Amino acid sequence: MNAPIIYTVVTLVAIGTTAAVILYVVARKFMVYEDPRIDTVERALPGANCGGCGYAGCRAFAETCVKENNLEKLFCPVGGNEGMEEVAKILGLEAVKKDPRVAVVRCNGTCEYRPKINRYDGVMTCAIVSSVYSGETGCQYGCLGCGDCCVVCNFDAVHMNPVTGLPEVTDEKCTACGACVTACPKNLIELRKKNARERKIYVACRNEEKGGIARKACKVACIGCGKCFDVCAYDAITIGNNLAFIDSDKCKLCRKCVAVCPTDAIIEVGFPPRKIQSETAETSQVN
Amino acid sequence: MLKTFKLGGVHPPENKLSADSEIVELPLSPTVFIPVGQHIGAPATAVVKKGDQVKTGQLIARSSGFVSANVHSSVSGTVTKVDLVPDSGGYPRVGVVIKVEGDDWDDQIDTSPDLKSEISLTGPEIIEKIKEAGIVGMGGATFPTHVKLVPPRGMKFEMLLINGVECEPFLTSDNRLMIEKSDEIVVGTRLLMKAMGVDKAFIGIENNKPEAIRKMEKAVNGISGISVVPLKVKYPQGGEKQLIKAVTGREVSSGALPVSVGCLVSNVGSAFAVYEAVQKNKPLFERVVTVTGKSLRNPSNVKVRIGTPVSDLILFAGGVPEDTGKIISGGPMMGKALATSDVPVTKGTSGIVLIPEKQAARKPQLACIRCSRCTNACPMGLEPFLLMTLSENSLWERLEKEMVLDCIECGSCSFSCPASRPLLDYIRYAKAKVGQLVRSRKH
Repeated sequence: MNAPIIYTVVTLVAIGTTAAVILYVVARKFMVYEDPRIDTVERALPGANCGGCGYAGCRAFAETCVKENNLEKLFCPVGGNEGMEEVAKILGLEAVKKDPRVAVVRCNGTCEYRPKINRYDGVMTCAIVSSVYSGETGCQYGCLGCGDCCVVCNFDAVHMNPVTGLPEVTDEKCTACGACVTACPKNLIELRKKNARERKIYVACRNEEKGGIARKACKVACIGCGKCFDVCAYDAITIGNNLAFIDSDKCKLCRKCVAVCPTDAIIEVGFPPRKIQSETAETSQVN
Repeated sequence: MLKTFKLGGVHPPENKLSADSEIVELPLSPTVFIPVGQHIGAPATAVVKKGDQVKTGQLIARSSGFVSANVHSSVSGTVTKVDLVPDSGGYPRVGVVIKVEGDDWDDQIDTSPDLKSEISLTGPEIIEKIKEAGIVGMGGATFPTHVKLVPPRGMKFEMLLINGVECEPFLTSDNRLMIEKSDEIVVGTRLLMKAMGVDKAFIGIENNKPEAIRKMEKAVNGISGISVVPLKVKYPQGGEKQLIKAVTGREVSSGALPVSVGCLVSNVGSAFAVYEAVQKNKPLFERVVTVTGKSLRNPSNVKVRIGTPVSDLILFAGGVPEDTGKIISGGPMMGKALATSDVPVTKGTSGIVLIPEKQAARKPQLACIRCSRCTNACPMGLEPFLLMTLSENSLWERLEKEMVLDCIECGSCSFSCPASRPLLDYIRYAKAKVGQLVRSRKH
């Protein structure tokens, strides 16, 4: 009566055992040794696979960390200093500390400041628009507004503002992975030092045209007049190609340059509204 | 049975509105802006500076490399500046701005209207003259003609094909040129044949231009070696590889030059320019441009000096109609919409087409239904729907394997797509990206 059941069980057990033996032998013979620390390091990483470190995903980064046995040139911008600290602890190495950074859009050419002179109706990606022509406005350096930066952001940190037509970065979400920096065909996005209370001062313009031409295309264009350069006490500002640039590592956030900019191209973010401060800054300038 | 090419092709509405209007000369504009890079290859180097007096036909920018072409002044007057000025794409390019004062032609130029048909120069001398005159492919590709005329080592030309196809809708400048200047074109053809060292030439003309065919046949009558080949109407027959296939039945393989099958293709406009350069000493500084559009008051064929603003050209043809949506430089299939009408006419501007807003606007893009119309329409045997998807996903290596660089950007795929997908936009972008990739590998 039970014979068929017994046969079945015996046969299956026999097959199972044989297969197990074969698999064991094969696994032993062809085993590839992998450092177990790679797994541990990978677990310590954020797992966003954003490529912000320069490697193809977190696993590749973990492998490199273990292989190099030196963390000097390796940094995960998403995990930041704490994440790297943990990796260093696992590997018994020293992590390099870096200032946390945040993406900043260096264009303030809103619809109001930068009027459109033609209308584009092709494919709405910045990459294609920039390969076709200079854009809908008179400024060939400015934001094209198709939102390639929003599409590539893995952290939901960049969004288009429908009123201004410009992308905006949510600082808490931004991990400075640099995906938007590479995606922007106009090189408008820069990773700048993250200051306390999200304070930022930067030149929101990349127009390299001479002053008059730049101003004609956009009311808030940097005209390269050099007033900010003169007023800066920390050598943080450089002028080149009719354009000012503030080095975020040198900038002490004194806000003097903001007050002297004739075209309001320098933007301050996260500061309390000015009271007497600005007046004193201006009077000191006059004297 | 008339000849044509086999693979793909489409039949856009012809709309040759200006086919019957004779070529007229445009009055000179007060200022002209002549870009120094009007051709494929290295931009020429300007040899004039601010304040210089120039004559019509005087050299203002010298060829600066192997693949480059001379640029000549199209007017006489004073150079006001040599500076960066936005081009049709809005990006700044170097050019020479000249304030027009009178019309004083260079003494070397033979201004008499008589036909000069006896050829006294040798082949290399003809090529030298063509090089001096800065002649480029005038169908729109703007490849310097003198470079094309010297075959690569080990290769030999067997025949010359003159491209009088003008398969783009709306454009009629080549048609009118063939009707009005047929004898000159034939002399130009003979000059090119001599320069190449061949004794056979075919003039390919689509059979929607019966008058041009008649005139050209009359002009070649009695001249040995040249024959007119009427072709069946199909777009893009004016493409180099398509025309060779249609006329000779030979196929140019992927990535190869027409010389690999012994052919050289030259536009009728170029043949006419060659005639003027060699026989009349006149450099290339004016060309025939079709200004047309359904709402335009006088669609016409205009002889324009290079550097004239497009806006002046449109004004001459009746001004921009109110319903205009796009101003296209070139034909509606392959041309490029202009960002502004202040850009100059260049050596490659074959037409200016004004498209009403209603027709210009793109239809909303729908999903691909794999109907394979684009694949059937592609004259190069590519799969546009696949190329677009790959381009959307930035798979450049795969695109290279799918032969994206073979695309001639004729736009047949976008034209035939029932879902209005912007196939060519993505393919063109992919071509640029893959081109970069290939170049980076070489260095």
